[in-house]
Amino acid sequence: MSVLVDDDTRVVVQGITGGEGNFHAEQMIEYGTNVVAGAVPGKGGQEAAGVPVYDTVHEAVEEEDADTSVIFVPPAFAGDAIFEALDTDLELAVAITEGIPTQDMARVNKRLSETDTRLIGPNCPGLITPGEAKLGILPGNIFADGNVGLVSRSGTLTYQVVDNLTNRGIGQTTAIGIGGDPIIGTDFVDALELFENDDETDAIVMCGEIGGEDEEEAAAYIDEHVDTPVAGFIAGRTAPPGKRMGHAGAIVSGSGTGTAESKISALNDAGVPVGDTPEEVADHIESYLS
Amino acid sequence: MAMKLHEYQAKQVFADAGIPTPASQLASDVDGVLAAAEEIGYPVAVKAQVQVGGRGKAGGIELVADETEAREAADSILGMDLKGYHVDRVLVEGAVDFTDELYVGITMDRGEGKPVAMVSTRGGVNIEEVAEEDPDAIAREHVDPSFGMHPYQARKAVYDAGVDPAVARDVSNVLMTLYDLWESRDGSDAEINPLMVTADGDVIAADAVMNIDEDALFRQPELAEMENEAAGGDELEQKAAEYDFDYVRLEGNTGIIGNGAGLVMTTLDLVDHYGGEPANFLDVGGGAKADRIANALDMVFSDDNVDSVVFNIFGGITRGDEVAKGINEALEQFEEIPKPVVVRLAGTNWEEGMEILNEDLVTVEQTLEDAVQRAVSYAEEVNEQ
Repeated sequence: MSVLVDDDTRVVVQGITGGEGNFHAEQMIEYGTNVVAGAVPGKGGQEAAGVPVYDTVHEAVEEEDADTSVIFVPPAFAGDAIFEALDTDLELAVAITEGIPTQDMARVNKRLSETDTRLIGPNCPGLITPGEAKLGILPGNIFADGNVGLVSRSGTLTYQVVDNLTNRGIGQTTAIGIGGDPIIGTDFVDALELFENDDETDAIVMCGEIGGEDEEEAAAYIDEHVDTPVAGFIAGRTAPPGKRMGHAGAIVSGSGTGTAESKISALNDAGVPVGDTPEEVADHIESYLS
Repeated sequence: MAMKLHEYQAKQVFADAGIPTPASQLASDVDGVLAAAEEIGYPVAVKAQVQVGGRGKAGGIELVADETEAREAADSILGMDLKGYHVDRVLVEGAVDFTDELYVGITMDRGEGKPVAMVSTRGGVNIEEVAEEDPDAIAREHVDPSFGMHPYQARKAVYDAGVDPAVARDVSNVLMTLYDLWESRDGSDAEINPLMVTADGDVIAADAVMNIDEDALFRQPELAEMENEAAGGDELEQKAAEYDFDYVRLEGNTGIIGNGAGLVMTTLDLVDHYGGEPANFLDVGGGAKADRIANALDMVFSDDNVDSVVFNIFGGITRGDEVAKGINEALEQFEEIPKPVVVRLAGTNWEEGMEILNEDLVTVEQTLEDAVQRAVSYAEEVNEQ
């Protein structure tokens, strides 16, 4: 079992003829992902990464039965690409693109509330069910099949924590990178709910970072609704207020919201231990599973 | 990230859209200040044009009544160092005789994923402090971005805030205009604090904040032009901007380079955890090639506070062989390596990277934890010498 993606998932890649889109479509296929089509306006009838390309997502869905889209469209056009994906009632859209204007994402966010499609991202590494399929840019070789669900706001931090787990022989059901932007589709609470309802997931890792209040909301949700044991990590303990640390969302405001202390204490209050190092997170997970 | 307009730039944008602003002129020397004041008519405010909050308290704003005072103010403000920023321009502005100071602003509420309009009768002070002490003193109205702000919403926010009914209509109009500007110019924040109310019942924007979403500058060419003119700040941060790095300078002596914001933040935290002090945040981003890696080392070596460097790369789209090439390239040009460098490579092509990496020039560690501890101990050794 796994959440959101498995070897039955039928993927259309939006932007499959671009450099990134093409490379990662090939990587996804090599990993075993069932990529069935590409969608690029003006490129219909061509072939890329060994799959047919259509001018519209609608055509890719009709002709190839795609149920999931992975979006590698440049930021200026990515908002429009997400709208197109949402218009075809796909089950899942994964937006990898970094740097989408925030106001475009506010409009996407409004549209999302009117559809049944789930959005992951934007500005995220995607998600992977080890041994079955990956959607996005995660390096497949560090993951292993197992029973830990992982959700993270940051890409490379996900790799680091997964590496600490896999090195101890602890595999993953599914790992989801939800992205570091201020406005995202699937948030911690959504991902926690998915893992809580997945029979195979016996423990959950949640990697947060400074900025916003998503981790605090997740802590409240865990307290009320999650029985699966959770271990946490929060990046940015040493970040000074008012300085953005890379991600658009990662900033402690002048008035003190979004601090690591607030997130760590909210998680601790919900019974979630927060590791000082990625290695300590793996210690907690190992103790849950033994 | 947001690009911040200077006050004089934001005021021009607001004035062009029809928001009342005081008469004002930009000046860069004492004679310019005096000429501007003469033309506008005393009393005037002389205001430093730098991108920091709390200019008034820091001595960057003076209200002057005559030429003598204007000369004194211009002498002291022009050329001053205001919280690390050099003041080379001031705005000379007609003083407003006010009875009330309001606050109006538009920003993105990230929790809701929607724009929010805010109005308060407690303008003229730090609004973040008001928000903390007395959240009810700020009326908030969320806006559906697919429709924009309806006029009734502007009125509702203004009435909810308890603004004097005599000026409610004018304040609502300012708020509507401010929202339209925020939307059409891809604002992240648009604020007027204070929006002054005069004895005659006029409203006038005595300050102006306009921050633009940097990710949207590609469709705001006029504003992107302004940015070049307004560039300033810390020397190292300017250098980082030239190299196009996400860089934040900190106070410590352990330099940090990595890929991906979350992992770089984690590396900073671990330096602190193991008793060291981070000198900086530097994210090379995804897919960095050798020359970018070399630039990152140059960047961190440029900070005199740095006593050691930890270079932590977990490759997804970044390849270990490119990283190793870049490190060799940067270090082989030195007869003596300026500061000890600890390298940890993992992920995509890390084995290839390790084969290429010249281990005479760096210390290699296998794990993040070990790499950080090693760099911290090097920094301590340097300090003990």
